Amino acid sequence: MPFYVSPEQLMKDRADYARKGIARGRSVVVAAYEGGIAFATENPSRALHKISEIYDRIAFAAVGKYNEFENLRVAGVRYADLRGFSYDRADVNARGLANAYAQTLGTVFTTESKPLEVELIVAEVGRTAAQDQIYRLSYDGSVADEHGAVVIGGQSEQLGEVLGDGWRPDLSLAEVLALVRRVLATPATGDEADASPREISPASLEVAILDRDRPRRAFKRLAGPALDELLDAQGVQR
Amino acid sequence: MTEEPTGRLPRAFTTPGTSSFVDFLASHSPAMLPGGRPLPHGDVPASPRATTIVAATFDGGVVMAGDRRATMGSMIANREIEKVFAADEYSAVGIAGSAGIALELVRLFQLELEHYEKIEGTLLSLDGKANRLSTMIRGNLALAMQGLAVVPLFAGYDLAAHVGRIFSYDVTGGRYEELEHHSVGSGSVFARGALKKLWRPGLDAAAAVRVAVESLVDAADDDSATGGPDTVRKIWPVVATIGATGFRRVPDAELEETVDAILASRTEQSRVARASHAPRHGGDLL
Repeated sequence: MPFYVSPEQLMKDRADYARKGIARGRSVVVAAYEGGIAFATENPSRALHKISEIYDRIAFAAVGKYNEFENLRVAGVRYADLRGFSYDRADVNARGLANAYAQTLGTVFTTESKPLEVELIVAEVGRTAAQDQIYRLSYDGSVADEHGAVVIGGQSEQLGEVLGDGWRPDLSLAEVLALVRRVLATPATGDEADASPREISPASLEVAILDRDRPRRAFKRLAGPALDELLDAQGVQR
Repeated sequence: MTEEPTGRLPRAFTTPGTSSFVDFLASHSPAMLPGGRPLPHGDVPASPRATTIVAATFDGGVVMAGDRRATMGSMIANREIEKVFAADEYSAVGIAGSAGIALELVRLFQLELEHYEKIEGTLLSLDGKANRLSTMIRGNLALAMQGLAVVPLFAGYDLAAHVGRIFSYDVTGGRYEELEHHSVGSGSVFARGALKKLWRPGLDAAAAVRVAVESLVDAADDDSATGGPDTVRKIWPVVATIGATGFRRVPDAELEETVDAILASRTEQSRVARASHAPRHGGDLL
């Protein structure tokens, strides 16, 4: 039996569906520091990454359904490599990739039966901090040009406030990692107001940076002793 | 490239399956592959050829060197061409044969390795890399039959076995592992002769660099398509070592010293030799 659903209702249902899926996972925090851009999330897996390299100076971070964002990540690597092969490595930029992602997410949201339950960050580290670009892409294809620091997924609004309070553009890497860890440890709403922060061990953190000073491929994962050292750095205000 | 009317990423981009950039190109835009373009009839006009590459193993790694000359018939097409490249952090590829196709193949091979690394999150094994190159050479067979053959030399540090290894290829994509040293290109006959006499087991990196450069000097001495070190313009061979710490291009200052040492010892020997038969050519050289 045919029945009528208003377009408003249809879009609202889809948006609610996607938003619920995205809010279920852990947040990813992206924050610029004096030497580049840092990415961090809680991820117990060493192999299934939420943060990865796309191209020389571009990285990708995602929350939501793994199979869906993994697919988009691979598409992004193919897009960037094809572009760099057709033109030149210097001609691959985050803006073009963010546009391609936005069109893809938007098309799937309006034409397919189920929206993609993902939220993405595409970030490019520039030669100077002023040239850094951070784009946040939502499940419906909307793009936001973020400045400095952003949280996606999970309790992103609440965590974003904590991040916004502590973030400054001139933080060192150790300071920004301490801040990010504090943000990720923020207790979820719904707990009592005075709930103590959760304990996050370095082993359950997935951390990567886009290092402004690396010559070609700026992306670098931080794990093991290197990460422990940064997190335990002396003289860093926690 | 097939474009989607909505502007979204084409389906080929989001199709899971392959970690290979070459396979992706073959399905998405085959005309971008060197072997994927239809060949017109007729002979290919003269085009630059790249010449001699040498490689030799040493204790803890492998060295690869290439001269700087590209020739077109009897003419020197380029005196500063570079023919030895980092394929990735732990391997190098040197090219001989049709320069244009070879350079395109190197770019594609570098990208192939990087693409795999980004998608899989891990490096290909050295044998895996050598096999990929083999497949790519095989894809170029139609061009090779038109006279545009590419013969690379591949060398790398095997992170599992902790040794430097060398692989040579033929135009049909055949892959052969060379255990001590090898050379490809027009001057390779002379370079191989030199390598046989100069190379010995247990060389260190600096000594291996000298052996590689010296074998190129020998090749340039007897092969007109191989360029020797140019002390006037200060153009030195491209020399790279690959060991446990990865690819390292030997800097010009070090090469200048090596070349000077080789030329000095040869000058000395040659003066003594010429002096002994001075009466036959009207006086010795001073």
